[in-house]
Amino acid sequence: MSELRSIKRWAVPVSLLVVLALVPRFSIDVPYVFKGPINTPGTLQLLALCLVFGGIAMSYDLLFGYTGLLSFGHALYFAVGVYITAIAVTKWHWSFIVAIGFTALVGIVLPLVLGAVSLRVGGIAFAMVTLAFAQAGSILAFKNPYGWTGGEEGLGADYTKLPAGLVGIFNTKHLYWVALGFAAVTFAVVQWAVSSSPGHIWQAIRENELRVEVLGLRPYAYKLMVFVLASFIATAGGVVYLLLLGGATPEVTSANFTLTLLVMVVIGGTGTRWGALIGGVIYTWANERLGDASSSHAISSLPSVLRTPLQQPLFVLGVLFILVVFFVPGGLVRIGRVRRPKTLQRLQDAMQR
Amino acid sequence: MSTFVLLSITGLGLGALYFLIASGLSLIYGLMGVLNFAHGAFLTVGAYATWFTESKLTGISVLPRFLLGALVGLVVGAVFAALVELVLIRPLYKRHIEQVLVTVGLGLATTALVVAIWGNDARTVPAPAWLGKTTTVLGAHIPNDRWILIVTAGAVLIALNAFLRGTRYGLIIRAGVENRAMVTALGIDVRRAFTLVFALGGMAAALAGVLSNVYFSTVDPGRGTSLLIFAFIVVVIGGLGSLRGTALAAVVVGLVQQYANYYASSGLGDLSVVLLLGLVLLARPGGLSRSFA
Repeated sequence: MSELRSIKRWAVPVSLLVVLALVPRFSIDVPYVFKGPINTPGTLQLLALCLVFGGIAMSYDLLFGYTGLLSFGHALYFAVGVYITAIAVTKWHWSFIVAIGFTALVGIVLPLVLGAVSLRVGGIAFAMVTLAFAQAGSILAFKNPYGWTGGEEGLGADYTKLPAGLVGIFNTKHLYWVALGFAAVTFAVVQWAVSSSPGHIWQAIRENELRVEVLGLRPYAYKLMVFVLASFIATAGGVVYLLLLGGATPEVTSANFTLTLLVMVVIGGTGTRWGALIGGVIYTWANERLGDASSSHAISSLPSVLRTPLQQPLFVLGVLFILVVFFVPGGLVRIGRVRRPKTLQRLQDAMQR
Repeated sequence: MSTFVLLSITGLGLGALYFLIASGLSLIYGLMGVLNFAHGAFLTVGAYATWFTESKLTGISVLPRFLLGALVGLVVGAVFAALVELVLIRPLYKRHIEQVLVTVGLGLATTALVVAIWGNDARTVPAPAWLGKTTTVLGAHIPNDRWILIVTAGAVLIALNAFLRGTRYGLIIRAGVENRAMVTALGIDVRRAFTLVFALGGMAAALAGVLSNVYFSTVDPGRGTSLLIFAFIVVVIGGLGSLRGTALAAVVVGLVQQYANYYASSGLGDLSVVLLLGLVLLARPGGLSRSFA
């Protein structure tokens, strides 16, 4: 019986994975949704970006949706993946494998240290300490120490050091598969983690941290665990992002980047199996396509009162986000369910404490 | 010596700017428990309303133009903030996370709207010539706009204190910060105070917008967000909900930033402020001050 249930549980994601893996093999045109046929480099690049952000949104959901930790510094760990790898191959001339290894090391040690410090406080104070650490990272990226980060202009990765199969427009399908692999592994890891026994404790911390403590468990250790796991996934996503875009720009370090992760997770639905992934994919897709649509005929023929705001994807997404918070309190995956989700209620209690 | 005086006074000026933004944030959080991510948008809206008015009033001389622009900016900032409270925050009463999320969305959308209308580039803002000159104090040449910043922030601090201590609404706000449930139980509609606090906070932020136009002599869409982060740091260091703590923290942050930028290396100012926040929070998780006003 339980075997049957577990088959059911994995049937949908696995078949979805198979379908998505076959996308570069087919030349299907999806009008309005994508600019060209789905196996053209432009569309594959967009799909890959959607998957990367879907994965990063899932890692943010581990903190926010499952454990109730409101971090404003998740961008920092994503930026570690993007910048450390780019600096290692371009400025230190390391081989790609060594660079990845070093990035992974930083991706574990940094959140371990910073998480150990910031988790000493909770609620709003935690949000602010994480924001401050991320801000420090952002300042470093802009300040361009030793000429490593390239300041405002960012840093293009030295493509001769990257694996040959992952460079150039003809290899976009390989990059797409890498991104798909990242999203799939993240999905599996997140599912496994939240149904493991620490995962249950994370959710218990979200529901009532005091009770977890009374039961004789140390919430601090479990929170640090989820903080490091989520940050490490974000770092891995940063490496995939770097491969995909071929360079690092300081925008990925900004506080606004973390806010967009929050927007993705909330639009999709916090603490659910599919919510964060769907939110990340939809947000990234809309951000890209709304930009394209603003130059289309349908929009440019509108009167300027409507046209001007619609040209800014962030305006449309910000408004959509507010509407979701107001009218679909559990996110898109909970459409149709009437009950208000417990997650937000409990989170809000946690904030008041 | 003259360098030190210069750094101290410009640091105070910067602190004054932070205080103007942070005072509203602190009051709103103290009373309503909402961390207002749209506060930077209030600043941006006020700053752009000022610039827009000034650019339309080309017929008159600079000083009345500046004052009229500032007046319009303040009114627009206050009205915008009050509307935000009435339309977006009030329906989500008692749902703090959702309220914070709405302010996040509003902050992103407002900035994007300003970019859509006036573009991403900074626009030059005319200011009275006197503000661009310097005054010499103890051998240091201090830009005059710093004095305006310091005097304005001081006046706002005194006015807010007088309002909180001397009026009935101030009393309700102070009582509401301490125990909102009790105020409601006594039959006072505390929600009216919410709108008031938002309007006041919006006006202070718009004032910061007007003065930041002078300080940077330009207006650009990203400034609200970048100043907001420092205002958050100030509010948290000062202790959320405490006006006096906020004022103290704003001065400390402004000074630390200026000194570190000059004596250590430029760019280190921002980093040292972040470090300061970390240290304060770890030593005293409640911030410098816990008592209100």
